[in-house]
Amino acid sequence: MAKRIAILGGGTAGTTLANRLARQLSHEIRKGEAEVLLISNTDRHIYQPGYLFVAFNEKPLDHFIRPQKSLVHRLVTMVYDDVEKIDVEKKELLSKRNRYAYDYLVIATGSYPDFDAVPGMKEITYNFYTPEGAEKLRDRLATFEGGKIMIVIDVPHKCPAAPLEVTLMLDDYFRRRNMRDKVELLYTYPIGRIHSLQPVADWALPEFEKRNIQYETYFNMESIDPEKKTVNTMDGAEHPFDLLISIPAHKGAPVVLNSGLGDESGFIPTDRYTLKMVGHDDVYVIGDATNLPISKAGSTAHYESETLTHNLISRIRGLPETKLYDGRVACFLENSLGDASFIIFDYNHPPKPADTSELIHWFKAMYNELYWLTARGLM
Amino acid sequence: MSEVTKKVDARGSFCPGPLMELIKAVKGSQVGDVIEVLSSDAGSAKDIPEWVKKMGHEMVYSEKEGDYWKIAVRKMK
Ligand SMILES: Cc1cc2nc3c(=O)[nH]c(=O)nc-3n(C[C@H](O)[C@H](O)[C@H](O)COP(=O)(O)OP(=O)(O)OC[C@H]3O[C@@H](n4cnc5c(N)ncnc54)[C@H](O)[C@@H]3O)c2cc1C
Repeated sequence: MAKRIAILGGGTAGTTLANRLARQLSHEIRKGEAEVLLISNTDRHIYQPGYLFVAFNEKPLDHFIRPQKSLVHRLVTMVYDDVEKIDVEKKELLSKRNRYAYDYLVIATGSYPDFDAVPGMKEITYNFYTPEGAEKLRDRLATFEGGKIMIVIDVPHKCPAAPLEVTLMLDDYFRRRNMRDKVELLYTYPIGRIHSLQPVADWALPEFEKRNIQYETYFNMESIDPEKKTVNTMDGAEHPFDLLISIPAHKGAPVVLNSGLGDESGFIPTDRYTLKMVGHDDVYVIGDATNLPISKAGSTAHYESETLTHNLISRIRGLPETKLYDGRVACFLENSLGDASFIIFDYNHPPKPADTSELIHWFKAMYNELYWLTARGLM
Repeated sequence: MSEVTKKVDARGSFCPGPLMELIKAVKGSQVGDVIEVLSSDAGSAKDIPEWVKKMGHEMVYSEKEGDYWKIAVRKMK
């Protein structure tokens, strides 16, 4: 009987891992000793960092979407189904129409902005964290005639740099359209500086000051009044806006919440080194779905997939698991529509932003195209 | 000594960082709960009390243990 590795979720983490496994286990899969089953509830694969470029009308949304089937290695068993329950005791996944038994499970179901987390938010906010949101924001920005744009942030959210990037890019976008003087930009952040990482806050602050981007720290939202167009904070203050862009707290996938596997927000307790679900030797968690205190980012998923590929192959071959994940994350930091910086860090090494340059921005633009090689497990 | 309701191991967390992990945990807790954060970042011993004071919560303790800090906070509202 083939040992079945089931991967739930065909986003960045799940697709990269499935392809890497299929390629390296091709011998075992052909002999019927192993199977890599990838289950996704959508047949489209979206490169989410593209949303930022959609919002600024740099590229259409379609540019960042490919059919999932075009990315999956032929030795992966690809199934499109919406799994409703993960049963780690019986070792099976259940959907309306099927039951999938597994030997090893990898949960790669991602994280999702919760626009219901703050009362009033979903009625009035714009966002760039969903495909529809990015297009709607693009259209709004294109017709914006002036006024106050406010950016509000709650935790946890994926891609911790994106709110800062969108703000710097908004500044450049309106400068390029000769209307920066008509736009007031107010960036807000829940703690005492403009980014959780001190070195990143130190990198961005001089840009904010130089470019007249206002900011408010210790900004913790309580509610939003869609009629009055104000954000109300925990200290009782009301902050008016003309256009609101929200990055709300994220949650894990509904299937994780429904299966009772995660914490109250649906993030799964995960061992930071082995990436196993705490207390379960045959269940792994990868990408945004973990509760690890590290960035929810595609690069995190990429590096985690290297560890899991190695260890899962070892298990299939009856060898001990020897690789540990070291907490590695890499992030581009867009400083405008034309230049950028870059950070890389792990559990033991703090980040230090590279000097901002056009070259790094160009590299990011390249990566936006090269991503498909990552998803295919080739890079 | 107060009972710790929730523990957050944020050692090795640079981004989003221990304070952001604490904010997340406080949001998901009840008033009166005590949340303990482990942090390997020296900045936390300053960051966390500042945020706690600003938000009107309460520091329970902040102590160094070997190469990390153990900080506990009571949710007050
Ligand atoms: C605006 C924006 C900018 C970003 N910029 C960057 C960046 O510059 N660099 C970076 O590294 N990262 C960036 N990210 C973050 C990155 O996109 C995510 O961290 C990454 O996609 C996480 O991968 P994942 O596989 O864990 O989750 P996802 O890619 O979200 O995939 C989860 C998959 O699981 C599927 N699924 C969920 N539930 C079920 C179910 N019940 N049954 C079947 N399938 C299911 C979903 O359909 C989805 O396909 C950005 C994100 C956004 C939104």
